[in-house]
Amino acid sequence: MSQHITIDPVTRIEGHAKITVQLDESGKVEDAHFHVTQVRGFEKFCEGRPFIEMPSLMARICGICPVSHLVASSKACDALLAIRIPPTAVKLRRIINLAQIMQSHALSFFYLSVPDLLLGMDADPTKRNIFGVLAQHPEMARDGIRLRSIGQQIIELLGGKRIHPAWVVPGGVNEPLSAEKRSQMLAMLPEAREITLRALTWFKGALSQYQEEIASFANFPSLFMGLVNDSNELEFYDGHLRIVASDGRVVAGRLDSLQYQTFIEERIENWTYLKSPFYKPLGEQEGMYRVGPLARLLVTERCGTPQADREREEFLATYGDACASSFFYHYARLIEILYASERMEMLLNDPDILSPRVRAHAEPNQLEGIGVSEAPRGTLIHHYTIDENGLIRSANLIIATGHNNLAMNRGVRQVAQYFIKDAHITDGMLNRLEAVIRAFDPCLSCSTHALGEMPLLVQVLNAEGTLVDERIR
Amino acid sequence: MSAESVKKVSVATVWLDGCSGCHMSFLDIDERLIELADVIDIVYSPLIDNKIFPEQVDLTLVEGSVSSEDDLAKIKKIREHTRLLISMGDCAVTGNVPSMRNPLGSEKILQHIYLKHAPSTIVPRLLSRVLPVHQVVSVDVFLPGCPPSADVIYYTLTELLAGREPDLINYTRFGK
Repeated sequence: MSQHITIDPVTRIEGHAKITVQLDESGKVEDAHFHVTQVRGFEKFCEGRPFIEMPSLMARICGICPVSHLVASSKACDALLAIRIPPTAVKLRRIINLAQIMQSHALSFFYLSVPDLLLGMDADPTKRNIFGVLAQHPEMARDGIRLRSIGQQIIELLGGKRIHPAWVVPGGVNEPLSAEKRSQMLAMLPEAREITLRALTWFKGALSQYQEEIASFANFPSLFMGLVNDSNELEFYDGHLRIVASDGRVVAGRLDSLQYQTFIEERIENWTYLKSPFYKPLGEQEGMYRVGPLARLLVTERCGTPQADREREEFLATYGDACASSFFYHYARLIEILYASERMEMLLNDPDILSPRVRAHAEPNQLEGIGVSEAPRGTLIHHYTIDENGLIRSANLIIATGHNNLAMNRGVRQVAQYFIKDAHITDGMLNRLEAVIRAFDPCLSCSTHALGEMPLLVQVLNAEGTLVDERIR
Repeated sequence: MSAESVKKVSVATVWLDGCSGCHMSFLDIDERLIELADVIDIVYSPLIDNKIFPEQVDLTLVEGSVSSEDDLAKIKKIREHTRLLISMGDCAVTGNVPSMRNPLGSEKILQHIYLKHAPSTIVPRLLSRVLPVHQVVSVDVFLPGCPPSADVIYYTLTELLAGREPDLINYTRFGK
């Protein structure tokens, strides 16, 4: 008799999901799926509201990465105003965005995944959590708490609040940076760097224990997508999209992110609230792509800061051939925290960073605006249209986690097929099914959305009015 | 569970329809989490791997509103097995942002996103209206804020652990 395994809920991830595995009569894995079980409807209930509310409202999509939504939403609103915001405002937005990368990556690595990596995939499930790490390796737990806290404190110093700050606004930011706050931030960054380097050293040393996970955690060829700047360096705030294949081939070197609708298409599945985007020119199979920390390291030619560059080069020299394994998202996440600490320091030392000119004021001058940035989990797109009074007519959001949906599903199937050989199921096997998802660090409260200005349903009816075909664009 | 941890107060944290910002704010107590771990035992939470709500929990923090059939079943079960239930954050307390869909109804939302192809197997069905927690089960402590700050969450927890009723009037307000 065939058998189903359900993991419900998937724990130590940021969102509501379950995993199902279908076994055949001999106990072999037939298929496996990752189901997102929450849908919220931001793109509908924001209709008719003033565009100026969007950054604060859209931030409520996610309490882990509210700053990402603030930034992408405010950029879309800048476009509605048809203005170029002051250079210092751009730099300040970059800093708060990087602080968010730091705190969110620290959460993913230390709070959610270190329990698997340090205590073991097969460790006692009642201890396999941050409190278990605290009991057995207090120094590691303290490092994680401190690193996340530094990211959050920088957000609070800039935005006045750790979660859902209202400081990033259409036109810039609503308050300049003071010298005192700058000093406070600069004082914390060396410690953040020390913690990150310590974690990197430990992680690199521990990698040899995870050969099976490296081999099976969504380890297959695919495309990778992320923003890069004009020098093809790591970029979180602006730039263009670049797509490379896992063998290093550049598939698209310079895509205008504002044209995303021309190259991203997506599929709806009956069993998940999360849609499955793919790179349109190559179709559903060949066009599967991944975004987020690992993708960003692979689409760039360098990070652009000395220590992160050294780590990136070492990673590629050591594991370049196997870099298609999503297990390396953890590695990439640590390198990005290092980058964030270096880059924030550079930005805070910029001679203009204390400039009082941080906000441009204007009325809406364009009826359509798109904002794109890199969130901790990948490329984030906010796209609004408004009426003449500045009220939202339509909103479309493409959320980082959504891009990874096809790869996450295939990764769950790969792990299931690798570890489940017969109907004898252990806790460690099930935990690995969750751990491959944790490697992607999905943020599911974010991830459900509508694509396109309005999705279009095309129905083909025959002469009698009976439906013969239908498709969605 | 060791003999020592048996004496600890058991705490659950639950995430219904919200943004997880309240859970993040809970983590924002930072190093105080280490002291807290000496006196409480987190027995059910998105942060730990236990998939089944325990038989008896002393104190449960609930983030988020009640939006799907799963949320509804979950909160009823949690109430039955919890001594003190705390509505944590504006979504749990008032419905807040998730309830902005209420004037439209869940069908309109699903149709907008998926047209005629709304997912219908395995995923839980949405309720026609998003509800605050106290509209479904009785709530013992209300902790407003979007999110309530880490200090407020810490104060509330430590007051309750000390057997006192937290007086939140000067500490937090809606949206703060």
